Amino acid sequence: MQKRRVVITGMGAVTPIGNNIKDSWEGLISGKNGACKITKFDTTEFATQFACELKNFDPADFIDKKELRRMDSYTHYALASAAMALEDSELDLSKLNREMAGVVFGSGIGGIWTFEEQHSAFVNGGPKRVSPFFVPMMIPDIAAGYISIKYGLKGPNYATVSACATSSHAIADAFILIQRGSANLIFTGGSEAPITPMSIAGFNSARAISTWNDRYMEASRPFDKDRNGFVMGEGGGVLVLEELEHALARGAKIYAEIVGVGLTGDAYHITAPAPNGEGAARAMKEALRDADVEPEEVDYINAHGTSTELNDLNETKAIKSVFGEHAYKLSISSTKSMTGHLLGAAGAVEAIATILAIKNSTIPPTINLEVPDPECDLNYTPKKAINREIKYAISNTFGFGGHNASLLFKKFEG
Amino acid sequence: MDIEAKVKEIIMDKLGVEESQITPEASFTNDLGADSLDIVELVMGFESAFDISIPDEDAEKISTVGDAIKYLKEKVS
Repeated sequence: MQKRRVVITGMGAVTPIGNNIKDSWEGLISGKNGACKITKFDTTEFATQFACELKNFDPADFIDKKELRRMDSYTHYALASAAMALEDSELDLSKLNREMAGVVFGSGIGGIWTFEEQHSAFVNGGPKRVSPFFVPMMIPDIAAGYISIKYGLKGPNYATVSACATSSHAIADAFILIQRGSANLIFTGGSEAPITPMSIAGFNSARAISTWNDRYMEASRPFDKDRNGFVMGEGGGVLVLEELEHALARGAKIYAEIVGVGLTGDAYHITAPAPNGEGAARAMKEALRDADVEPEEVDYINAHGTSTELNDLNETKAIKSVFGEHAYKLSISSTKSMTGHLLGAAGAVEAIATILAIKNSTIPPTINLEVPDPECDLNYTPKKAINREIKYAISNTFGFGGHNASLLFKKFEG
Repeated sequence: MDIEAKVKEIIMDKLGVEESQITPEASFTNDLGADSLDIVELVMGFESAFDISIPDEDAEKISTVGDAIKYLKEKVS
């Protein structure tokens, strides 16, 4: 039986370089830098005092004032992204078969700000001071629940969790569910609000994030020889994945097609990638196999490219092992150089970047890439966006725990 | 302390309703749109504002704005 085809018909995002898709994309192709001093809490005692925060985002633009106090910021970002994706998709909810419309939407951590705030209330006032909304605000699946409640989407509904690969797994699941006929349409993606005292402290202790407080605008520098850790970001992204015939029947605009997913496990270490990016390589190979696409047909890879020593080196090795000589002909970039690392939302925001790259025949750059690590010798599109026709593009994400997800997108050709 | 004014302020804050909706007869669940979690939060708001403890068996009897004001006036004085 021929597999059902799945296309992307709507997108919405809030990112550190733009509070919607249009501004975020313009930011990406103009090399906008999302880094700033952390404003959310006093960072005096912290080794890292900067991150990529959202700028001038107001959840009240999207959510009722009473409701929004009962949500963690990660859910605000989810609902804002979902509202914009719905508008962009031009779906008529009144004509939709709601039972065949689902939500698969993840967060790597969930409501960690809520957790910290409520734990403080507990420490200072005892168990009776813990809010009845603590649990529903904190759990990482509640954003999926809220999106379904808001729009009456009664199909498959759950969250994925796989650290920095979270929303790529969500998109992969949404793709598979639509392919196999469990849904016609799914709101998918992820959101994260990880710029909190405990989170920054924890990532500092793990030596995972950059401490370049004096040069924070240069800190996210994937593949550069001076890279020294990732830069935390926040935000969210929603993609409307839709079965092709369903999309055509309603005359939907189609951004691109998702044609393959590759999901693998390193089975190696809790935080370090497997040597030579072995698990990452298998994820990319599996995505190509899934779609029956040859490595030489791929034009662009939106790399996981975290700006950490281990990721960038191993991802480079993985790309070489999958693509051989063609690795040097690929355009590669890490948009994390501009947005920072949105953890569980990274997969969604970078899938959107990849899709818009295909749609606009434009590769966003890797900014801050001054002198590449000698072992990172591929074409990472340094500093400036370039024009390039793209037929197939891959978005990579790899998470703590050894979770690897590669998504393969294709220019829509009817 | 003006207990009535304080109670109204807490209700407006926790339930996101207008002052004009807060009449003595208004039921938290039927008129002011509160669900079970909202009620718990409201009672916690009263406890915190007046520095008292409200046992569950008392909280269950507070269903209208008037009930709350009457109960808190007795409890605080």
